[in-house]
Amino acid sequence: MDPISDNSNAELSKTPLHSLHLELGARMMAFAGYDMPIQYPLGVMKEHLHTRAGAGLFDVSHMGQILIRAKSGDQRDAALALEAITPVAVAGVGEGRQRYGLFTNEAGGLEDDFMVANRGDHLYLVVNAACKHEDLARIEAALSATCEIEAQFDRGLIALQGPAAESALSALAPQAAEMKFMDVRELTIDGARAIVSRSGYSGEDGYEISLDAMDTDRIARALLADDSVEAIGLGARDSLRLEAGLCLYGNDIDQTTTPVEANLKWAIQKARRTGGDREGGFPGADVILKQFETGPERLRVGLQPAGKAPVRAGAELFSAESGGSPVGTVTSGGFGPSAGGPVAMGYVPTALSDVGTTLFAEVRGKRLPITVAALPFVQPTYKR
Amino acid sequence: MLKFTEDHEWLKIENGVATVGITAHAAEQLGDLVFVELPEAGAKFDKGGDASTVESVKAASDVYCPLAGEIVESNQAIVDDPSLVNSDPTGEGWFFKLKLDNVSDADALMDETAYQAMID
Repeated sequence: MDPISDNSNAELSKTPLHSLHLELGARMMAFAGYDMPIQYPLGVMKEHLHTRAGAGLFDVSHMGQILIRAKSGDQRDAALALEAITPVAVAGVGEGRQRYGLFTNEAGGLEDDFMVANRGDHLYLVVNAACKHEDLARIEAALSATCEIEAQFDRGLIALQGPAAESALSALAPQAAEMKFMDVRELTIDGARAIVSRSGYSGEDGYEISLDAMDTDRIARALLADDSVEAIGLGARDSLRLEAGLCLYGNDIDQTTTPVEANLKWAIQKARRTGGDREGGFPGADVILKQFETGPERLRVGLQPAGKAPVRAGAELFSAESGGSPVGTVTSGGFGPSAGGPVAMGYVPTALSDVGTTLFAEVRGKRLPITVAALPFVQPTYKR
Repeated sequence: MLKFTEDHEWLKIENGVATVGITAHAAEQLGDLVFVELPEAGAKFDKGGDASTVESVKAASDVYCPLAGEIVESNQAIVDDPSLVNSDPTGEGWFFKLKLDNVSDADALMDETAYQAMID
């Protein structure tokens, strides 16, 4: 036996909710330089199922929050400036709305994924914890001539996800109920000023709530006081997003995967594609726009193991039960509590990417049948 | 009397055959199990061999063979319902029965008091 040890470390950074996690009995682990809750006493399985049945509260304060203001005072100038380092049509995001974004490199690979909101007079970005310092440097290098860039890495960020999220948040801030999927608003929650988006990373309806560090613990406790809300750790956050077919940067997408290979073409709007008003003009545009025409050689797909054994990240995929070289790799995989069995994602050759194609994943020396499956594994419940 | 290993297995030895499982502490640390793979009857292992695999929602872990011996029976009930390991780790959640090569090898294992002291 090799049970997962408690490796909490005093040298790690702490979020504004750190003492709350310890008080709730969380098992802590190092994640992106932060001491974070992997699970609470409820356990990953029940935390996952509770989020899909009630509401889960996640501490995502380790993620990076960045504001960008154009020196001209015109938000659109900041949006157009950001388009130089992302293939996303930032200038197409309406006031009070947000959009999924990608940072690309010259080879067409992905440097990070993020959310970007049009806050009227500025842009508001949420980037991955492990990439936030590099993302800030990337933004400063490309935009500092025309924009003021403010990193808010000390702010709190709480995700509230699940069918009971709306009732739990609107009990404290009634306007939350009026918001639609991907809306972003400033709300007052129990006296605290918050920037709230109706979005998340679980496949469920819900919110991400940005707060001043000094307000974060108080608002988290106020939300947890609702009977439908439970604290949820990073373990269930991962199984929830996997069932929802959402990419984890560093696993499913990285510097070597293009947006087209990652099946994220939808994130690149027509304005930035060949023939669009603002065609290209982002790192790797030649590679990525060419892949729109020719199709990629490999594609990220959902994978459904035939048996009960979970097939995890790193497992190699083969086209035959014996012999031959690997044709692909699993990039995320585990047990899906709501799916009721193992689920996975990975890259396969485009010729083997049709739903229903049977492949074999090598697990502990055995080749187990695994079938290309439609994503997501559970239907999202976003309030569109 | 139960014996314990540093790898969080328990053994109940009767007539040279050890019934082996994982401790309540190990089951609690692993969390809800979703998959168990057991060795087949007749398989032989050295002490510390990879006898079994357990998986929780988030990770896979090996269960080592606590002493040298031959598997005489595996518990199909935990393959069908891995949650038995969490709900009754030292009872219905047993893993396999091992015919020990040398019963005296068990003398070196910990008793319950020593195991409790190790995990506290």
